[in-house]
Amino acid sequence: MKAFTYQRATSPAEAAAAVAGHHGARFIAGGTNLLDLMKLQIETPGHLVDINHLGLDRIEPTAGGGLRIGALVRNTDLAADHRVRRDYAVLSRALLAGASAQLRNKATTAGNLLQRTRCHYFYDTTKPCNKRVPGSGCAALGGSNRNLAVLGTSDQCIATHPSDMAVAMRALDAIVETTAPDGTARAIPIVDFHVLPGATPQVETVLQPGELITGVALPPPLGGTHVYRKVRDRASYAFAVVSVAAVVAPGTLRVAFGGLAPKPWRVEAAETRAGADAIADAAFAGARTTRQNAFKLPLSKRLLASVLADARG
Amino acid sequence: MKFESPAGRNPIDQGRVVGVAQPRIDGPLKVSGLAPYSHEYHAEAPGVAYGVMLGAGIGKGRITAIDTSAAEAAPGVLLVLTYKNAPRQFDIGHAPPGSPAPKKGEKPGRHNAPQLQGPAIKHFDQSVALVVAESFEQARAAAQLVHVSYAAAPGKFDLAAEKQHGTVPEDAPDSVVGDFDAAFAAAPTTVDVTYTTPDQAHSMMEPQASMARWDGDTLTLWTSHQIVHWAVDGVAGTLGIPTDKVRVISAYVGGGFGSKLMIYGDPILAALAARQLGRPVKVALTRPQIYNHTSHRPATIQRLRLGADSNGKLLAIGHDVWCGNQPGGEPEKAADQTKLLYAGANRLLRTRQTLLDLPLGASMRAPGEAVGLLALECAMDELAEKLGIDPIELRIRNDTRYDPEKGPERPFSTRQLVECLRTGAERFGWSRRDPVPGKVRDGRWLIGYGVAAAIRNNLTVASGARVRLGGDGVLTIQTQMTDIGTGSYTILAQIGAEMLGLPIDKVRVELGDSSFPQAAGSGGSWGANSSGAGLFYACRNLRDAIAAKAGYNSTDVQFADGRISANGHSRSLAEIAGHDGIAAEGKVEFGDLTKQYAQAAFGAHFAEVAVDSITCEVRVRRMLSVCAAGRIINPQTARSQCLGGMAMGIGAALMEDQIVDTRFGYFVNHDLAEYHVPVHADIPDMEVIFLDELDDKSSPIKAKGVGELGICGVGAAVANAVHNATGARIRDYPLTLDRIMAKITVPAVA
Repeated sequence: MKAFTYQRATSPAEAAAAVAGHHGARFIAGGTNLLDLMKLQIETPGHLVDINHLGLDRIEPTAGGGLRIGALVRNTDLAADHRVRRDYAVLSRALLAGASAQLRNKATTAGNLLQRTRCHYFYDTTKPCNKRVPGSGCAALGGSNRNLAVLGTSDQCIATHPSDMAVAMRALDAIVETTAPDGTARAIPIVDFHVLPGATPQVETVLQPGELITGVALPPPLGGTHVYRKVRDRASYAFAVVSVAAVVAPGTLRVAFGGLAPKPWRVEAAETRAGADAIADAAFAGARTTRQNAFKLPLSKRLLASVLADARG
Repeated sequence: MKFESPAGRNPIDQGRVVGVAQPRIDGPLKVSGLAPYSHEYHAEAPGVAYGVMLGAGIGKGRITAIDTSAAEAAPGVLLVLTYKNAPRQFDIGHAPPGSPAPKKGEKPGRHNAPQLQGPAIKHFDQSVALVVAESFEQARAAAQLVHVSYAAAPGKFDLAAEKQHGTVPEDAPDSVVGDFDAAFAAAPTTVDVTYTTPDQAHSMMEPQASMARWDGDTLTLWTSHQIVHWAVDGVAGTLGIPTDKVRVISAYVGGGFGSKLMIYGDPILAALAARQLGRPVKVALTRPQIYNHTSHRPATIQRLRLGADSNGKLLAIGHDVWCGNQPGGEPEKAADQTKLLYAGANRLLRTRQTLLDLPLGASMRAPGEAVGLLALECAMDELAEKLGIDPIELRIRNDTRYDPEKGPERPFSTRQLVECLRTGAERFGWSRRDPVPGKVRDGRWLIGYGVAAAIRNNLTVASGARVRLGGDGVLTIQTQMTDIGTGSYTILAQIGAEMLGLPIDKVRVELGDSSFPQAAGSGGSWGANSSGAGLFYACRNLRDAIAAKAGYNSTDVQFADGRISANGHSRSLAEIAGHDGIAAEGKVEFGDLTKQYAQAAFGAHFAEVAVDSITCEVRVRRMLSVCAAGRIINPQTARSQCLGGMAMGIGAALMEDQIVDTRFGYFVNHDLAEYHVPVHADIPDMEVIFLDELDDKSSPIKAKGVGELGICGVGAAVANAVHNATGARIRDYPLTLDRIMAKITVPAVA
């Protein structure tokens, strides 16, 4: 771990300005991912701006009838909120499917959106990784990639985004709200928030330097049946092999997939097709698999069929 | 005292304290954080400095350049050691000066582990530098500033590709009985199947860690080790100093599973740095370093050929094992249990070991049996299915009362495999199993039952202890024996209490210090029985000394309630001990009873699994182990040992897998997030039953080991249950959901 300086911010604007004004600075909230990466020398910020005291820890109704989740609301608190459990059950279920109770107690809403991939080679500074060291190559392409992405990848990177929460938020069409260093607020639909790797896998979101997530807004309740099903290699404390977040109502379907892509994967045009196979075929068009991870597509299809059958009874 | 004839009745048979469930006497210290582990000593090491080891970034090759200038200039840095400035050390082959000649078949200096001795890289994360600084944080930051350039060389990292080059290991010769080829060819029913098991990591809770302090030319080393005199030998041998100049303390060890039978970079580097700096130094491995710097359970490829007559009687048993290791590394003896488990006149067991450039393969909980039974006990299940015979019945029909290789002249000392199977079948509800896969459903879940036999060879090792009765009436036990989470503190207190007629709270146990009498240590499930036997003799000598001092004839005295009694007279032990106390030592050595009698612990494992018919995720719903392992000294700690073994067996069956990247030559999933072991949610309702058994050929305390028996066969029971649930027979461990999905024969049910 590289030595760093530390600053406790007292307002979002101050925090944003501090990070923007300090090359290589990072926000720190729960620290559940960043501190691990710093210990392994994968992230080497010279300056940390602690945002835990910004008061962004409330869940409040929005004027439009939705719910605004403060950036610092802990995963545990969000999953347990009675409004979330009642109106956005898919989100509550996704949160509880992630990590462990100890991690959920610390992990924040904004931090969850910004989790880094769990690709083995990203985690090993002795190996090439375009995400960690742009231009160094991708060791995963010809290596251990059973749990890596089959959609939205590039020749430079096949990493997955590891979040469960974000998959549910994608199904709900959440809006990520930010503050820029100059105080400008911005609302970013979650579909646009994460970007595909292309030739720049080190760029994972549309956030600009210093831009701080202040909260996530959920739309008015959608009704319907909310399902989050996560397939994993052990019963708890494992990242998704694949997952499905679905909101199923008579005549409508929203479905997002986790574990398949560098971002939560949702293809709205596929949702109007009839039957799980047709939906999956449309949603997975353009998939590129390896020998090790090809099973993710038929597995996702089986899972979707099961989810739909359950939800539609 | 040499144990060379079956034990008669002795005070352990009273069963007053021994054999009674007893909570760990070290429990309160551990849950309150007061039990010091090797990295946690403070008062003993004023002015301690911290060392951080840097591991090699390639799998094989050599260092071409190494630049330590930035690290040396970093804040707080005291010393940077690399091969360019590290003192010369001694490799395997060089015993510590003045030490006695090694036993037959043992290499001198076999525990040596020199570090930083040249530019050659033999495996990933081999130590290439140690950075020592005033604080741990400074050392860790500076370690990243050491720039090492390498020339990578092609290496052998793929067992399947290299297995054809395998040769017969020195200590695993072919075992040939009868005419296997003819019998197998003539057998009416056969299976010929190949199973693979992956490399596995011990995943103990406490990483390897050491603290070294020199006082003149004498080294005190606090290190996490299972057998302290091996650590003494290894450190003294590596440094080239006499063993009496090294004191090792391993009072508390946070799990081992075999990973702490050897020494690695931490004790040697700590000792070298501490000597050079003239102050104590601590070095702990990081969790990621454990996977590639230390040892692991090596992968195997196993071909099982079983031939049976129509009644299921085995006519031919063939077990071929392929494994690989570094030069000098040991084979994974996965055919060993096949020598003893089942009858059969024609037998062919072969092991072929090939050279691999992966990190060193070595012992992990039940080396040999743990992976051998994964293959053998699934092959037996396949044979049972082919014959249309119940798998339990098939095993019972092939029971044997004697060593099938040696014949009736070498009977088993005890063998309750059939009783384990029958008791388990009854208690588990085996009769509810449908032998046709996929017939039992619970919603979308497919339910399956599986069984496997367990055997673990009984090993015994010389072991000594020192005991002292104080004027306060407290018995103090000192021995080098270690407690690696198994319960040694507690069972030794029970044995001491039983022998002296004391309540257990009048017994103090001090372990894991090389200044105490040499002991068996913790390995191969020999610890409890061997160290208990050594303590038994020490206590017997103490009883004699007490009786003599009290003026009693020692043949008819009783020790009970803190008193010694004879002929109607009785005196308090505390009073006899007086101000100076009374001390004694004792030691067990083992004769050739293990040659005369085949000695092993037996068991039967039962598993009920549910497999999600959609996703093919496996959830074990309940398990039962029935064990026959001699005297169970403490049913509570023994049960915990079995539960831990069963959890580890679930891991072996379903998830544990050190993934080899054959391009770079290393294990890529090197942390606890990516190397999966079972978590609480994976562990179901588990039950353990111990059958009554005393093995008077095993030791004076008539016990055997249970620590490894608990894992033996468990994974096969789970795999057989998965087959029963789904129809999928997966022969490559672990049974991950993608492998099951590829072979499942039962349709999904939403």
